[in-house]
Amino acid sequence: MGKIIVTALMAAMAFSMPASARDMVQVKGSDTLINLVQRMSEVYMEENPGKYVSVTGGGSGTGIAAIINGRCDIANASRLIKSKEVDLAVAQGVDPRMVTIAIDGLSIIVNRSNPVEKLTMDQVGKIYRGEVTNWKDLGGEDRKINLYGRQPNSGTYDFMKEVVMNGDYASSMKQMNGNAQIVEAVKVDVSGIGYVGVGYVKDAGPEITVLKIARTAGGYFASPLVTEDVKSGKYPISRPLVQYVSGTPKGDIRSFIEFELSPEGQKIVEEEGFFSLSAEYVEYNNKQML
Amino acid sequence: MADKKGDIKELLVKGFFTLNGIAVVLVLVGIFTLLVITAVPAFKEISMKEFLFSPDWNPTGYDGEKYGIVSLLVSTALVTVGALVIAVPIGIGAAAYLSDIAGERVREIAKPIVEILAGIPSVVLGFLGIVLIGPVIAKLFGLPNGLNALNGSVLLAIMALPTIISISEDALNSVPMSFQQASLALGATKWQTIALVKIPAALSGILASCMLGMGRAIGETMTVLMATGCAAAMPHGLLDSVRTMTATIAIELGEVAYGSTHYYALFAVGLVLFLITFIVNMLSDMVLRKYQNVER
Repeated sequence: MGKIIVTALMAAMAFSMPASARDMVQVKGSDTLINLVQRMSEVYMEENPGKYVSVTGGGSGTGIAAIINGRCDIANASRLIKSKEVDLAVAQGVDPRMVTIAIDGLSIIVNRSNPVEKLTMDQVGKIYRGEVTNWKDLGGEDRKINLYGRQPNSGTYDFMKEVVMNGDYASSMKQMNGNAQIVEAVKVDVSGIGYVGVGYVKDAGPEITVLKIARTAGGYFASPLVTEDVKSGKYPISRPLVQYVSGTPKGDIRSFIEFELSPEGQKIVEEEGFFSLSAEYVEYNNKQML
Repeated sequence: MADKKGDIKELLVKGFFTLNGIAVVLVLVGIFTLLVITAVPAFKEISMKEFLFSPDWNPTGYDGEKYGIVSLLVSTALVTVGALVIAVPIGIGAAAYLSDIAGERVREIAKPIVEILAGIPSVVLGFLGIVLIGPVIAKLFGLPNGLNALNGSVLLAIMALPTIISISEDALNSVPMSFQQASLALGATKWQTIALVKIPAALSGILASCMLGMGRAIGETMTVLMATGCAAAMPHGLLDSVRTMTATIAIELGEVAYGSTHYYALFAVGLVLFLITFIVNMLSDMVLRKYQNVER
């Protein structure tokens, strides 16, 4: 008899699981944002017992597809939503709203033993388009350049292509499954180059160099590690890291986003190596949250 | 009365099993139909010629979408052949050892271990490829990194081994004892008996095991996605990065818009993959059947 009750209880618990899953705020998307948002969700849940936030990755494209198909509540993205995706969302009855939660200085990294320390935007584009293939043309040693990049479901992959390269990636680029994998690959590859969110280079250790980047050949070489360079816009490849929700955020979703934008949330942004929001972004966010 | 009841029961049981048998066939037919229906619209915008003969696969290209599967096919073939070159000799060797040389106690321990090998999740193997096999390959061949076809081949060989070993061993065991006794009686050594009598006699079974192992390797996704570098360029050898058909589908299907050409094209790739594994499995089934007929 006791056994039956226990079994029944377990069955009841199993069936009640979906109910609690419904109360959980589901966040999905960008691999660049995953560590940061996960950290925020941990602190948020600690401070708000009874509230649950689950954060998963998959890439910006995957996150945006999920919000369109109603499979998540918040989509993390390191790129802006495309007009094609907006059309799809509208067709599904989803009204995508964007809030910016942090600023990223997209970092171009090379192995520490590579003497190259700075590049222009034009050079980075040429490298990834496959037009420059040897480090000696960039002031380095006579070595073939080994390209590391992300997979097409990544927002960073799109961002590089649209903003930095204005062209296609060289087909010899290795497509890695996340920021961390690129960092690990460049650490051991003396001829490698990679691009990752700045949050991934903060603790990467001494095996890599984060390159200084200038807009033009004669311009100022800015570093994504210098807060002033990124916040003033001198660093040419900084970008907003955003979240998409459907319609005006309400309830638990709103309360989590408000936490992310609060001074406490923004402190976590800085701790994770990214940059907190400037006044313009705060103002824009306030409009979206109405 | 009792007989009639028994008849009905018999009928019901018979119907039940027939239904199950048919269900499996229906599932296969259903999957095939679905693949064809979802793949065909791709060819409204992509020419068959481009799809089958162009080496460029870049559906999100900056200037124009490109849907050519040749480099994906070559990648899959390269990794699979590499895996078989590694797994077949080891697999047959291990099978011969287990069936003829190993003592009862060793066999009792070794056989479950081979089966456990089959149960290792592919993600775990992919991880091993990144942290262990990759660096070893890089060092051995003096490469900047070890994310290439060879890495994938080694991992797929590990995955194909259990299939090859256990089916080959069954084949070797089903060689009639009289063959072995005759060979030994004629003065052949144990090695000669295994290599020249037992393995040739079990050849069709061994062949079938290799083809099943091959089917396993062709369809594997996660491991190759993690360990082969996934560069879309046409590979020139085992030390180049490759991007297999399975990895391409896995990477791109997550973010593709439903109903777009890209979406249909991925199903077309899936259809090609399905046809390849279907043919490989069918051939191995035919070979296997032949060997069973010979034995009886």
